[in-house]
Amino acid sequence: MARLNVNPTRMVLTGLKRRLRTARRGHKLLKDKRDELMKKFLEIVRENRKEREIVEKLLMDVHSRFIMARALMSSEMLEEALMFPKRKVSLGTSTRNIMSVHVPVLEFTTEEAGEGDIFPYGFANTSGELDGAIQALSEVLPHMLRLAELEKSAQLLSDEIEKTRRRVNALEYVLIPNLEETIRYIVMKLDENERGNLTRLMKVKDMMLEQAHHYKERYNN
Amino acid sequence: MRKVGVMGERDSVLGFKAVGFDVYPVVSREEASERLTQLADDGYAVIYVTEQIASMIAEDIERYRFSRFPAIVPIPGSSGSLGIGMNSVKKSVEKAVGADILFNH
Repeated sequence: MARLNVNPTRMVLTGLKRRLRTARRGHKLLKDKRDELMKKFLEIVRENRKEREIVEKLLMDVHSRFIMARALMSSEMLEEALMFPKRKVSLGTSTRNIMSVHVPVLEFTTEEAGEGDIFPYGFANTSGELDGAIQALSEVLPHMLRLAELEKSAQLLSDEIEKTRRRVNALEYVLIPNLEETIRYIVMKLDENERGNLTRLMKVKDMMLEQAHHYKERYNN
Repeated sequence: MRKVGVMGERDSVLGFKAVGFDVYPVVSREEASERLTQLADDGYAVIYVTEQIASMIAEDIERYRFSRFPAIVPIPGSSGSLGIGMNSVKKSVEKAVGADILFNH
């Protein structure tokens, strides 16, 4: 791994050690965040899949009913029947916080113009199949909204998980090893300097003693 | 209060009008892409798009993938499901986990 480009001094060493501590703590926290996000994500995505299967199945049923209705009525009549809807769906949106990912929460309210039924037409000119289709469709409605909520949540969470995973990996495989290597390098360098200093001192001491007592001359004679 | 929109071929989406969604029949790719942008700007919270149309404007839908609103949800049209909706669920899993662990059958 690459070593950081720093001066091998004691002050830098202290700074790097502090950075390493922070990086380790950040790494641990992010790892926990990733694991928890993953847990939530899998819950949501499993439900998402189930809900999608339900919606697709129900909608296909609705479509086939509509096709029947269309076959039994002229398309002008059909359009006319559906032209002025009695209901209006409006959504209350809020957000829920999952590990600081804000996912949407949808609550729908329907406003009915008339009371009682949902059919926006009189029964005289329309076929029974149309009633069935619309009835079925209004039953899919809550599932569809739940699906929208889940799918959006899954998308947002997957994005966040990817980001977190990248961060965890960057810390684990790049930053922390780099810091460790640089710290090792500085410690080595400082130790080496220390040893060099020591030998020099010993040598100087020898020389000074030699000057003071003239050992060599005395023992050679 | 936000609204819910449905976009797709006329035959597939007409029924949604009766249950209170705002229905926008579209035909061509350009029309669909324009309509989608317009609905997103109008503050629709959820836009359902039939898979037949969704397959044409995949890039436009991708743009809104990571913004909180609108949620753009593909639904099967009257000619059947193309599997696009399931695919997008699968894509989320692959992105998050790195491999497909839910749909491997």
